[in-house]
Amino acid sequence: MKTNKNSSVAKPSFWRREGVTSVLASLISIVGGLLVGFIVLLLMAAFSDDITVADAFSGAFTVLRGPFAAGSSDNVLFQIGNMLFQSTPLIMTGLSVAVAFKTGLFNIGAPGQYLMGAMGALLVSLSIPTSVVPAWIVWILALLAGTLLGVIWGSIPGFFKAKFNVNEVIVCIMTNWIAANVVSWVFKSTGDTFVNFAETKVNFIRKTVTNNVATPTLGLDKLFGNSYMDISIFIASAIAVVLYVMMNKTTFGYELKACGYNKNASKYAGMNEKRNIVLSMAIAGGLAACGAALWCLNGSQDFKWDTYLTLPADGFNGIPAALLASNNPIGVIFSAVFLKFIGVGGSNLAAQTSFNEYVSPLIVAVIIYFSGFSKYIKDLISKMRKDKPISKLGEPKEEPVKAEAETPAVATKSTEGGSEQ
Amino acid sequence: MIFLLQKTLIFTIPLLIVALAGMYAERSGIINIALDGIMIFGAFVGALIAFVLRKTPFFVDNNQLTFIIAMVVAALAGALFSLLLSFSAIKLKADQTIGGTALNMLAPAIALFVIKIFFSKDQLEMGRAADSSGKMQDFGYVILNDDVGDVGKIFFDKAYISTFIAFALFIILSIFIYKTKTGLRLRSCGEHPQAAASVGIDVNKMRYLGTTISGALAGLGGYIYIATVANGTASGAVAGMGFLALAIMIFGNWKPLGIILGAFLFGFLKCLGVIYSQFDFLKNLNLPMYFYNLIPYIAVLIVLMFTSKRSRAPKAEGIPYDKGMR
Repeated sequence: MKTNKNSSVAKPSFWRREGVTSVLASLISIVGGLLVGFIVLLLMAAFSDDITVADAFSGAFTVLRGPFAAGSSDNVLFQIGNMLFQSTPLIMTGLSVAVAFKTGLFNIGAPGQYLMGAMGALLVSLSIPTSVVPAWIVWILALLAGTLLGVIWGSIPGFFKAKFNVNEVIVCIMTNWIAANVVSWVFKSTGDTFVNFAETKVNFIRKTVTNNVATPTLGLDKLFGNSYMDISIFIASAIAVVLYVMMNKTTFGYELKACGYNKNASKYAGMNEKRNIVLSMAIAGGLAACGAALWCLNGSQDFKWDTYLTLPADGFNGIPAALLASNNPIGVIFSAVFLKFIGVGGSNLAAQTSFNEYVSPLIVAVIIYFSGFSKYIKDLISKMRKDKPISKLGEPKEEPVKAEAETPAVATKSTEGGSEQ
Repeated sequence: MIFLLQKTLIFTIPLLIVALAGMYAERSGIINIALDGIMIFGAFVGALIAFVLRKTPFFVDNNQLTFIIAMVVAALAGALFSLLLSFSAIKLKADQTIGGTALNMLAPAIALFVIKIFFSKDQLEMGRAADSSGKMQDFGYVILNDDVGDVGKIFFDKAYISTFIAFALFIILSIFIYKTKTGLRLRSCGEHPQAAASVGIDVNKMRYLGTTISGALAGLGGYIYIATVANGTASGAVAGMGFLALAIMIFGNWKPLGIILGAFLFGFLKCLGVIYSQFDFLKNLNLPMYFYNLIPYIAVLIVLMFTSKRSRAPKAEGIPYDKGMR
């Protein structure tokens, strides 16, 4: 009994730490998702005449290598550059979902907020002539316009939730489809000004670079094999750090989290929980929209305007990005890049084998499914650690005792944390 | 007018059956946000079966039979797929919204992955196939009788067989949940599972039952949607009909009568976007299609705004059943 207690005090203070179990749970989800993806490839090999089992193995390997399966080193660099650039909107939608989650809200409205952000950024960046206003000012204005539209769009579900107590999921989904139709409508009615007739890409909006508006690249695009790489991923990462500080070090962040843990308790403690709900959704909307704006303002991206039947995948994929990172803003950066990594792997798979790119969303979906079990997995981890005798942990026997003697306060705290779960 | 009612009915039926699906899950205590995904999955499997069956001349000549078989298989597929949700929600006590979202993403991924591997394109058209004489034949229309008068025409001319089956199912299942012992038990698990358990009801079993019925109905609804509204094309999307159905369920206050009212209302609004150009007075307004597309979504928001006060969701929905809470 004595040794058992020691083991749960010393080493588990690491294993049962919230962050560690979260990362472990995410890793288990990822491995699970990849395994299921592999099984699906094998199943296809079994059912399809054109595909062999060897194809399934090499296919799985292709997905796992992501951009590194691109062949020549130039191609690899090019794909890495694009992957990092494409991660930007996903980081932002991931942050958007994460902030809402922390306040106890499920922001499935990121696709709509994303579309509004793209519209705002494109309208501004293409309609202000850069011969009159310096391009960098237009860039900033466009980013702000996009973000502002997102703030407004995101606060709608927040308002409905706070004022009428309507489930935010339903309102988010309605606002998604409303945004999709509004964006199509706006660009349809302003057709000549914005649609890309010059390159006869009539389904797309003009690239912002035609108005000399583009995110600075600082030579990164050249470095990564003439890809789309620019500094937007650093902007997104900086925003993630700011959010991390906001959520963890400020009163406002604390209020948001308190609202997420227990709405009634935070109300009882004198916080304005309705205001917090609206603000949280407004911030979430702004983040998703800002991601879209950063994507559009890259300058060389094709935005499909007639989007009333489809919603942007990056909006929905913010959900897995946030879940994989356990809603930690810094973690979202890595989970977003990881998701894009799998995505690039999927398109390489489609290009090189007879499989297709839909294996990536499949893997991602399974990962989210498993990440829903994170609480179960975390419980399992802490249970396993508790039950294991010290010798099996591969730890010297003196260590735990010493740790207990030195840091009793921390040790008790960690045990408490464990029993709470 | 008859034309309008016919079209409304076509949009109403999938919404009706899927909203009922949502009701069954939520009344048992499980939030089924995966309705959209289950619809996609059911539609995909149903279309695949119809496609495969129709390679045999017998099934091409007996359209009705093929249609019904595909409906049954779609329902089974939906029920099986929903087990993923109920397993995670009941057995592992996972967050039901996350589980549902995962299913919503999983269904189109599976459907598109398989469709693209076997058909090398992004959609599966079950609508057309050659009959035994080699003639291309449309699949779906069930014309019961042309000579039925104006009122009869609404229901019997160019009506799909699925319409009648869906109505029958709706009535039977509405009675089932209100008038049978099992139905009462199922509802009690959505209101106060601990109390239900204290009188010997197996809460988990009831929740599995509710979610599985929900999955079957949603799968069926998905197939009906692609077979009737979407011209027999399964493409890994049902245009958000599952979510609209969810909203109708809330509008209908988790009750069959409210649901049928809501389904007709939103079926009508939804079909406006498709047929507005065939009415001169609407066409003369010169409003773009997007305007008519917006109407149902905005209507949902307005309706939710006004009904939220008297809205009465099942009390225990979304909360994993914990024996220790007794």
